[in-house]
Amino acid sequence: MSADWPAIRFIVNGESRAVRVPAMKRLLDVLREDLRLTGTKEGCGEGECGSCSVRMNGELVNSCLVPVLQAEGAEIETVEGLSSNGALHPLQQAFLECGGAQCGICTPGMLMAATHLLARNPHPSLAEIREGLAGNLCRCTGFIRIFESVIAAAGSTRGHRGPADHAR
Amino acid sequence: MGMSQKNRIVGASVPRKEGIDKLLGRARYVDDIEREGMWHGATVRGSIPRGFIRSIRFDRRTDWSEFTVVTAADIPGKNHIQLIVADQPCLADGVVNHCDEPILLLAHPDKHKLRQAVAGVEIEYEPLPPVFTIEESERQDVVVWGSDNLFKSFLLEKGDVDVGFAAAAHIVESEYRTDAQEHLYIENNGVIAEYDAESGVTVWGSLQCPYYVHRSLVAVFALSEDKVRVIQTETGGAFGGKEDYPSMIASHAALLAMKSGHPVKVVYDRMEDLAATTKRHPSRVRQRTALDREGKLLAMEIDLATDGGAYSTLSSTVLSRATLHAPGPYLCQNVRVRSRSWATNTVPYGAFRGFGAPQACFAIERHMDAIAAQIGMDPVELRRRNFLHDGDTTATEQVMREPVILDRLLDRALAESDFYSKRERFARENAATPIKRGMGIAAFYHGSGFTGSGERYLNSLAGVDVTPEGKVRVLVSSTEFGQGTNTVLTQIAAETLRLHYEDVTMAPPDTGIVPNSGPTVASRTAMVVGRLIERASLQLLEMLRAKAALGNEYSRDEFFAACERYRAGHGEVGSLVRYEAPPGIHWDDQRYRGEAYPAYAWAIHVAQVAVDTVTYSAEVEEFWAVQEAGRIINPVLAGGQVEGGIAQAIGYALYEKVILQNGHMANSQMTNYIMPTAEDVPPIHVFFEEIPFRHGGCGAKGIGELPHDGPAPAILNAIMDATGVSFTRIPLLPEDLFAELAPRPASVSTRPVEETATV
Ligand code: FES
Ligand code: FES
Repeated sequence: MSADWPAIRFIVNGESRAVRVPAMKRLLDVLREDLRLTGTKEGCGEGECGSCSVRMNGELVNSCLVPVLQAEGAEIETVEGLSSNGALHPLQQAFLECGGAQCGICTPGMLMAATHLLARNPHPSLAEIREGLAGNLCRCTGFIRIFESVIAAAGSTRGHRGPADHAR
Repeated sequence: MGMSQKNRIVGASVPRKEGIDKLLGRARYVDDIEREGMWHGATVRGSIPRGFIRSIRFDRRTDWSEFTVVTAADIPGKNHIQLIVADQPCLADGVVNHCDEPILLLAHPDKHKLRQAVAGVEIEYEPLPPVFTIEESERQDVVVWGSDNLFKSFLLEKGDVDVGFAAAAHIVESEYRTDAQEHLYIENNGVIAEYDAESGVTVWGSLQCPYYVHRSLVAVFALSEDKVRVIQTETGGAFGGKEDYPSMIASHAALLAMKSGHPVKVVYDRMEDLAATTKRHPSRVRQRTALDREGKLLAMEIDLATDGGAYSTLSSTVLSRATLHAPGPYLCQNVRVRSRSWATNTVPYGAFRGFGAPQACFAIERHMDAIAAQIGMDPVELRRRNFLHDGDTTATEQVMREPVILDRLLDRALAESDFYSKRERFARENAATPIKRGMGIAAFYHGSGFTGSGERYLNSLAGVDVTPEGKVRVLVSSTEFGQGTNTVLTQIAAETLRLHYEDVTMAPPDTGIVPNSGPTVASRTAMVVGRLIERASLQLLEMLRAKAALGNEYSRDEFFAACERYRAGHGEVGSLVRYEAPPGIHWDDQRYRGEAYPAYAWAIHVAQVAVDTVTYSAEVEEFWAVQEAGRIINPVLAGGQVEGGIAQAIGYALYEKVILQNGHMANSQMTNYIMPTAEDVPPIHVFFEEIPFRHGGCGAKGIGELPHDGPAPAILNAIMDATGVSFTRIPLLPEDLFAELAPRPASVSTRPVEETATV
């Protein structure tokens, strides 16, 4: 960190942070390198895979496409902020039980996308889940158990026949 | 408390061992790791497909004194990546054989300075003529590898095909092609290396096979085995793509570390990973088949060719598996498979889930439907009439000693998918709608474990030990990259030792700590390594009973108390076992005959597709997979393997095209190499029939690769059912559908592949 750059301030997972970095540095790199929040991943660096998804002021963004300047004053949520007091967030618990994470590299971004989806739509239909996660690529699971995890975390959903429908 | 209750852990969907770390964002992948004083490394690559390197110049804008520069001249040992044949250089030395060949390495403390520096290295070449296709390579006008461009060939023969063809009522002939496929693990390749004159080389990396990397580093650095240490970091997907390539990138990072005196991290970005690392072998398979009047197979003549790329890497073993899967799960007395793998001037093709079987399976299972259409038989019935059964012999004369339940799997798949009534309904409805629907099927096996004598040569070693803190550790070099190694092996140990799942952990995947249990490939982990862990656990119990007074019935506390008694009297508490082939498993390398695999997993896939004849897009609407893969150790994980494999294979069939220009991948981005998304994957219904395999870990056979074999032919068979056109090449993109289905004013639609002679 160099003192030459003006401080950029924002809130990450409820904590105020300030960094002195070039204004065009990617939010992804600031989180990973300057704040050592390495839960947020890079899969493509061009807005295609969603591994770098975080929430910024309640919107889902690809942090690889956000210059940190744009985060000035923002409230940012990353995977590290999901659990509280050692207890898994209901989505994390559901991913664990339903097999929503395999290699785990897409998981932080997927969890943020799912958090965002449920924040806007607490009981999404399967079609709405598909649409809500369409910007997040997973090469391991074929998505089926990710859908089931979201359904389990949501408690119930419209028009779904339950996990047993997919795996017996 | 008595702990004798049977099967509490194996067969239960206990949560993934490392799951919580992954969900909290706490799991440490290679790019999440920093070392004190660490620099970053980058690779300068070639830009022509083949030629001599004439000069290397460094531009004047860059202050090169800040950089460490490594060339082939800096390699202390052998300049090659150790695999089957030592033909691939670690760094090009005077000549390049594909566009992305590494030539020179750079390291700098600031990773942002590297990109510009790479552009500042100018390389002049004297080009040589390249070859890019199987056809160009087999003509041998231009020889780019060895004396004949041929990496490997096999001849598999059973009976006398000429006799079969002479007696044929029908002969059906066709050619099938598959293109390359990219693994597209979401975590790119990456490694961190340190070098120290005293202790040697240490690398941390995203990889499948720590001892492959170990062996390669020993050769590149001319070090003794104890001076090289390889540690796997959490690995974000692999699918075969991190089987051999990590040996390359680890050598590069370690050379930079040695010369710079700093730890060096080399992590590829997506473009470099797509362009420079291995892919699935493209293939061309010619099928010529003789049948009697009832549709029974009389003879199968198969000519199989793969494009291996610029260096041999794993092409010979991929070709072997393709050869052994080429005749499909059918009984035929007369079989000849001639297979060859050819050199071309593209990035070397390598291991990818299925390892040659998906290509072979695509050809035979598409061909079965082409035959059925030709002879006027239901494709399901044609398969049923020819299925292998218990006691039958395969093309390698392997007698099927274990139960073969293809009929049962087929019946269940037909019932679950409501196959016949849907097929009839679609046939009725299609005439009146631009959306044409169809049902397609594929039947197949996948051999578990290494081919032929492979497991004997590997001679794997694995075990368990008990720490003074009261944890059982599984000692293997088999790695976790999402497929479930950690969970399945600890389940097997906990089950066998009659402990809790929580009592068992994995020892770190570090060659300084764990023995060589072989590479994490070939669907061998649960079956072969799992069996080693089961045996090691039984051996540990015997030891504790003999020397530490462990009773026949024991509680968890009594078990750990016995371990401490043993430790006090005899030292470390642990047990290692070596691979032993199941009885009656013999393979003749010379005659290419015998027990090709100790066990086979079997499956029936059914695809329901919709082809839109306005937009020319094909969509999989629903998918059913019924399989027998021995005992299912963890149903959630196994189901996830099947679904993930099917999704990847849907991409193989309908989405994923590697576009090569001059042998270089032109679409090396996620924006233009397209994999299925959450909106593209259909509902997938997974069903297991379980027949425990006596010689597999707690009854397991392999499951990881099986699901990638069937979807492509099942989907194209469904498209044939929907449209009447027998497509023979994947990927099948909208432009390919358009080319065949668009109304043509003057001519009748031709079926290019079925110029069939009926005798
Ligand atoms: S890394 Fe940001 S979308 Fe892929
Ligand atoms: S779990 Fe591996 S990419 Fe999603």
